[in-house]
Amino acid sequence: MTVFAAGNKKDALAVLQAGDWKAARSTEVPGAATRERFEQVVLPHLDAAYNLARWLTRNEQDAQDVTQESFLRAFRFFDGYQGGNMRAWLLTIVRNTCYTWLHQNRPSQSAVEFDEEVHSSESPGDANPEIQALASADKETLRRALEELPEVFREALVLRELEGMSYKEIADVTSVSLGTVMSRLARARTRLRQTLGAALGKES
Amino acid sequence: MSCELTQRYVPGYLDGELDLVRTIEMEAHLKGCPVCAQELESLKALRAGLQRNSLAYAAPAVLREHIQSSLREELSGTDAREGKSGWWPSLNIWQLAGAFALLALISVTSWQLTPRLRAPSSDQRIAAEVFASHVRSLEANHLMDVASTDQHTVKPWFDGKLDFSPPVEDLASNGFPLVGGRLDYLEGREVAALVYQRRKHLINVFVWPDPSGTSSTQTIESRQGYNIMKWSRGGFQFWAVSDVAPPDLTEFVHLLQVGAPPQTK
Repeated sequence: MTVFAAGNKKDALAVLQAGDWKAARSTEVPGAATRERFEQVVLPHLDAAYNLARWLTRNEQDAQDVTQESFLRAFRFFDGYQGGNMRAWLLTIVRNTCYTWLHQNRPSQSAVEFDEEVHSSESPGDANPEIQALASADKETLRRALEELPEVFREALVLRELEGMSYKEIADVTSVSLGTVMSRLARARTRLRQTLGAALGKES
Repeated sequence: MSCELTQRYVPGYLDGELDLVRTIEMEAHLKGCPVCAQELESLKALRAGLQRNSLAYAAPAVLREHIQSSLREELSGTDAREGKSGWWPSLNIWQLAGAFALLALISVTSWQLTPRLRAPSSDQRIAAEVFASHVRSLEANHLMDVASTDQHTVKPWFDGKLDFSPPVEDLASNGFPLVGGRLDYLEGREVAALVYQRRKHLINVFVWPDPSGTSSTQTIESRQGYNIMKWSRGGFQFWAVSDVAPPDLTEFVHLLQVGAPPQTK
């Protein structure tokens, strides 16, 4: 099929090989074009951004405010974005915005209450009944157990289990080492299992 | 009973974060170590509980609108940036949303009142039709009349259904497989719609004869996450619409314009 083989290749190539999407939109004012591009590449991650903000603030209205502020910040930094993992880039901003907000509005809560570097050796207990209990845990119990986790454990689990992020991505977003991510995830899971075990034990 | 590998490697195994050698070692180890096997089952049960209950929160629709409004306000350089540092009172957002709603209402009304004065350009009109047709093809489950990845099946299918023979090219080797074609209706005439795929995204390409067409490529517009590009070649006019990332769409259009490079065998 050679329908496209002959003809004015040069004109088409001149436009396309510039490789700059903005250049093809020469009729737009730069600001509006940037905003459109921002909406195309950043706004699709709105759910991920809101989810993280919602879990960190534990409040719907606060999460909305924080998410909106995060997108404004992201927009101001957008020119400096060099490509790469957009979701991780945005969630880093969301996380920082969350902690700034929490610090200003809920100063009584301390962000990190636990020694990060001590590996947990706490045993979650007998496994077989536990598997059954976990398998039957209802949404409200799970939600409350996750909300009760200290922030650094909560965010690690949310990014891993709800956003499906890799250890490397979590390390980037939370600005810690891979080892710390692994340690936090392990402790988060252990604590969550203990909380759930206690909650479900009470019911039965 | 305990195992020194449990804490060290089971979580990484569960998360798919071990290297290949360690993964194979753990697979073998798990068969013979009840402690690690049970720990893995517990972690899997925990994950299943978290994921089954869909604990992730979705952003409310109104938040998207608020963000888009605030981006516009940010660009228009109002005092929001310097005047109020940090957290905007939500009242402001509502006022802003109201203002935009009013503005939208006024522009829609005036559009309807003065249709002759504000007749959209031909390109805008076609873009609107292309966009609507793309969305309709996705929603109405009427994406394809002929589903085939073979250009030699798709092209003859149009014979006898159209008064022209559209150029059909498969770009599977470039990551844009042809998945089918259908008849569509644009600009008051029947046109060929070719459907391509880019990973999970679909691209509709509308083709019809246009002897007077120039060869330039134009980005017409983007709306609601879809991008539209038009170009002319070989006496045909082409319109592509998709939700793929703009660079992908640009590459796709480029390939259709110059033809796929010959495959070395």
